[in-house]
Amino acid sequence: MSNKKVGAVLVVGGGVAGIQASLDLADSGFRVYLLDQSPSIGGVMAQLDKTFPTNDCSMCILSPKLVATGRHPNITIVTNAEITGLDGEAGDFKVKIKKRSRYVIEEKCNGCGICAQKCPVEAVDRFNEGLSNRNAVFVEYPQAVPLKYMIDREKCIGCGTCYEVCKAGAIKYDQKDSETTLNVGSIILAPGFEPFDARLKSEYGYGRFKNVVTSIEFERILSASGPYGGLVLRPSDGEIPKKIAFIQCVGSRDYQLGNTYCSAACCMYGMKEAVIAKEHTPSPLDATIFYMDMRAYGKEFDAYYERAQGEWGIRFVRSRVAGVTEDPRTGNLVIHYVENETPKTEEFDMIVLSIGMHPPKNIEKLASTLGVQLNKYKFCQTNTFAPTETSKPGIFVCGAFSAPKDIPESVAQASGAAAKAMEVIASERGTLVTAKEYPPERDVSKEEPRIGVFVCHCGINIGGVVNVPEVVEYAKKLPHVVYAEANVYTCSQDTQKLIKEKIQQNNLNRVIVASCTPRTHEPLFRETVQESGLNPYLFEMTNIRDQCSWVHMHEPKEATEKAKDLVRSIVAKAALLKPLKKPRINVTPVGLVIGGGVSGMTAALELARQGFEVHLVEREKELGGHLRSIHYLLEGNENPQERLKALINAVNENSKIHVYTETQVTEVSGFVGNFKSKLHQNNGEEKEIEHGVVIVATGAVEYKPTEYLYGKDPRVMTQHELEEKIANGQFKAKNIVMIQCVGARNDERPNCARVCCGQAIKNALKIKEKDPDAEVYVLYKDMRAYGFKEDHYREAATKGVLFVNYSDERKPQVVNDNGTLKVTFYEPIIGKEIEIEPDALVLSAATIPNPDNKRLAEMLKVPLTKDGFFLEAHMKLRPVDFATDGVFLCGMAHSPKYIDESIAQACAAAARATTILAKDTLEMEGIIANVSEDLCSGCRICEPICPYGAIEMKDKNGKLVAHVIEALCKGCGACGTACPTKAITMGHFTNEEILAQVRAALVEVKA
Amino acid sequence: MIFRPKIVAFMCHWSLPPEIDVSTPSLIRGYPKIRIVKTMCAGRIDPAIVMETFLKGADGVLVVGCHSPDCHYVDGNTQAERKVKMLKRLIRLTGFDPERLRLEWANASEIENLARIINHFRNQVASLGASPLTSGESNSDVVINIKAAKAVAENFTLRLLVGREKEMTENANVYGDKVSQEEFDRLLEETLEAEFIRHKIHQLITEKPMSVKEIAAETHMEPSQTLCHIVNMRRKNMITLDHVKGTTPLYKALEAH
Repeated sequence: MSNKKVGAVLVVGGGVAGIQASLDLADSGFRVYLLDQSPSIGGVMAQLDKTFPTNDCSMCILSPKLVATGRHPNITIVTNAEITGLDGEAGDFKVKIKKRSRYVIEEKCNGCGICAQKCPVEAVDRFNEGLSNRNAVFVEYPQAVPLKYMIDREKCIGCGTCYEVCKAGAIKYDQKDSETTLNVGSIILAPGFEPFDARLKSEYGYGRFKNVVTSIEFERILSASGPYGGLVLRPSDGEIPKKIAFIQCVGSRDYQLGNTYCSAACCMYGMKEAVIAKEHTPSPLDATIFYMDMRAYGKEFDAYYERAQGEWGIRFVRSRVAGVTEDPRTGNLVIHYVENETPKTEEFDMIVLSIGMHPPKNIEKLASTLGVQLNKYKFCQTNTFAPTETSKPGIFVCGAFSAPKDIPESVAQASGAAAKAMEVIASERGTLVTAKEYPPERDVSKEEPRIGVFVCHCGINIGGVVNVPEVVEYAKKLPHVVYAEANVYTCSQDTQKLIKEKIQQNNLNRVIVASCTPRTHEPLFRETVQESGLNPYLFEMTNIRDQCSWVHMHEPKEATEKAKDLVRSIVAKAALLKPLKKPRINVTPVGLVIGGGVSGMTAALELARQGFEVHLVEREKELGGHLRSIHYLLEGNENPQERLKALINAVNENSKIHVYTETQVTEVSGFVGNFKSKLHQNNGEEKEIEHGVVIVATGAVEYKPTEYLYGKDPRVMTQHELEEKIANGQFKAKNIVMIQCVGARNDERPNCARVCCGQAIKNALKIKEKDPDAEVYVLYKDMRAYGFKEDHYREAATKGVLFVNYSDERKPQVVNDNGTLKVTFYEPIIGKEIEIEPDALVLSAATIPNPDNKRLAEMLKVPLTKDGFFLEAHMKLRPVDFATDGVFLCGMAHSPKYIDESIAQACAAAARATTILAKDTLEMEGIIANVSEDLCSGCRICEPICPYGAIEMKDKNGKLVAHVIEALCKGCGACGTACPTKAITMGHFTNEEILAQVRAALVEVKA
Repeated sequence: MIFRPKIVAFMCHWSLPPEIDVSTPSLIRGYPKIRIVKTMCAGRIDPAIVMETFLKGADGVLVVGCHSPDCHYVDGNTQAERKVKMLKRLIRLTGFDPERLRLEWANASEIENLARIINHFRNQVASLGASPLTSGESNSDVVINIKAAKAVAENFTLRLLVGREKEMTENANVYGDKVSQEEFDRLLEETLEAEFIRHKIHQLITEKPMSVKEIAAETHMEPSQTLCHIVNMRRKNMITLDHVKGTTPLYKALEAH
């Protein structure tokens, strides 16, 4: 057995999960090969229009990650590729790769697209789900990474035109498929999923009735860059529907087809598609969702569900859909469904089938090549305590391939898998990477401003409303502007190259991009500018998408005028821009993990195994947190208490982890890379520690019910108390009623507590296992047994557990009638009130935020949600990051979740933290406050105004002056505004710059 | 009065009897409405010119080139043959009678043969009657169709395919494979149909915006198929959404696509 280890990782699958894993690995000092079987990365997320629950534009949030992946010096993207063989073992794998020919030399193709324009052959565009055509030479979508064309050999007739027109000489008809072997230390599988083939559900008419479309087709229909330009149209006649229906669970929870699991994301995307369809339709659109259970179990999902019903007026019909028929004259569709055992019909203009997630195509072949076990559904086999590990050491899994899941869960799991993949080869960190080098900075201080303006069409996002060529012509005439042009997508990889060329050719010393939001795209353009030798702060951006084409969609003329105003005004500012320095700070390679539950312990262990020292702080006497009260699992036969013991032992035995029990963090100061915290132990001891990152893993608590006689009648208990009793053998009741959503999904706490449905099923099954004659009723609002949990729900029902739906209007009633516990509830199927006298009433009490969250949040300067859980930086793509650098979160502190989800998130937080700890120094933001010590009067007005504690007073030659701690300053500028002597200037936002911008915004400069 | 068809005969320099330039009475006596247009080779006959000739009122178009092995320019005659074959297929889509177009072979010494060809074609066209394009209705279906067909004939894709046909079907394509004539014809037919219908739609919505259903009625197509063309025409910047009336989007043509 060799001890050789290789500091490289192969990531299989370039969807959002594979991208996230690649970025985390590459940022932590490992070389990454990102393999995808298609010609470009992006996966299904690239096809989506908007994302729930924030309704963010999918492409807009994905694109910066695509570009970052494409340009990362440590990531090699291998497209059109598949794995054909595997040798070796964890730490030193040799992976055989077959790469299908593109017939285009990737190094030469610059993505200009002239070949596709001239290609005489059309083919079905699979990216648009067949709703439009593409050419035989193509890219999958305009922002594809890598932006390299490919010839569809099946369709190409070999006329030779592309070769003739390609200016770059990139076409190569005799390019052969190639084979190569990659040497990597570990492998991450992120091949995603295959959308269900709706034809198999023939009773819904897909493929026969034109106006029945799948949800993924509907995403393309909704997309502004999709086939219908973002208008919802009926495929049968191009009319805008007035009445649209969504049928849920198509290819999921289906016992006839054998797809018994729940696809986990469809309830939310169905709702989102209904909401967006209404927004995209100029005339009133009536939207109805036919569902079995509305599984809005994720963070803030129920709030979205509430809005969908209220604000957006979407109708929800709990029913089973038997079939769909078509009126051939009108193309309208009739849904035949059963609601409360009553057969009904209703006519619609259009139907969307919310199709489920199936295992990736040909996955059995890959699994057998790699020696990885699949579960009975042909998804990857994992287990609760190792959610990112496959059956083969050194090979990890993330995303929908481990179980159907949504984007944030995939992203968190991806970072988690990255942590595990790094762990195998932690000793090889930094051995195979190349540092990003920028050319020396050009001194522009003596030059007159020479401004270049790049105006983005954003496909039709901007160009469909704003007259972009007109804006470009206008910009050309503005003072100091020496160059202006329009781009289809200014953010695409090829445009970055182009901007650099234009900077050189025109000797530009200021660059402006007029496109979308700087929030997502400014770092990309700054880097581009820096790569051409300019200081990155000689770049400015103005948002003509959100502020012009989106808000003034129906007034194109005015939108164009406004875009000109914005460009004029930013040009005026840009002329005054000064180069800024980015301070570098050292990193203390130590982690602080707050909370010693399963999440905190996992995160601490992961960091320690990456080679970093960790302080693990637990308030209670013992480690273990919430897991201490879990005695058996819903999924799998592992013993949670044994696993807990093993975990605690691993933590205690790891010399890099310092455990502090009965201890609280009382003060955190400092900043990313350089935190100082005070620990207060219950015995009165104080300790100060230094660390580079903080991971918040403080968990959550069980709600103590005030309803249903809890605390007043000994027969009433919570699910946890029930579990404890069953585990101790004390539970003897024969007649049990469980009530779901106690303390959740109500006015006070609108969101779902996620785990209680699983708990109820788990405990009901346990009761039935011990005593098959016991009567168990579960009174629920929606049974949210998502993913593979659905099978257990089914099992419970089969074993005689009675599930009865209740609504908020008719909640169950519980009374103690002279010592007899009575539960009355309405049974909707028979339409009658039922009274039961149970000997145990079990309340599925919500998981609610840790009451200590508020104190911690203030201490760490991080936000909480309305509910009181910690709020991450971005709900979709940054699930374990805070907006504050160096602070991360995981587990139930984020929101209620199951053990496997907490563990995946804990590993994710560790991976994200590693991207900081693995670096010797960090480069900070350059836009910070600056004090002119000559002007400063030492009045101290600024000091308390700074919310980040970035200003301290210093003695300067006997005079007290304000001093800015560079690494802490976030650049808000509040101090400068307050300074009575105007001693504080804000870099990049000086008074002169802002005023120039304002003046130009208001004064029409005749061009 | 007997109908005297207007015929334009495109004749190649080498199949044109030398005397015809002077006047070859025996050849065209009695056919005052025949106009001979000389080119160096029948291979010069541009499909778009033929369509324009019909649009300008010709009742028939005759193309005469040299017999198969005699072409002075190696294979200009077979080039002409491919173009005429394509044109006939295109014309068939328009409802205009493809018999109004004819390709014949002759050489300069075959005056009698030529006389027979002309006579025969003249009779054929005479029996078809006046071209429907001469009725003066500028918006009739056939006028729109022929205009669309002319646009197709000018279209890059079609010209490219016809131009590459010989090389690909007789020799090899860029991958070294010979494309069978059947395969090529199938592709040509598909492309012709798609391009024709798209250009027809373009013609229809140049004047006023129309909905998918209205276009479908005009083109005798399924509305679903019409929508597919609309989608692809938008992709190619041939048309744009003009406005939405109630629940009906209306599209209009863009200039110079």
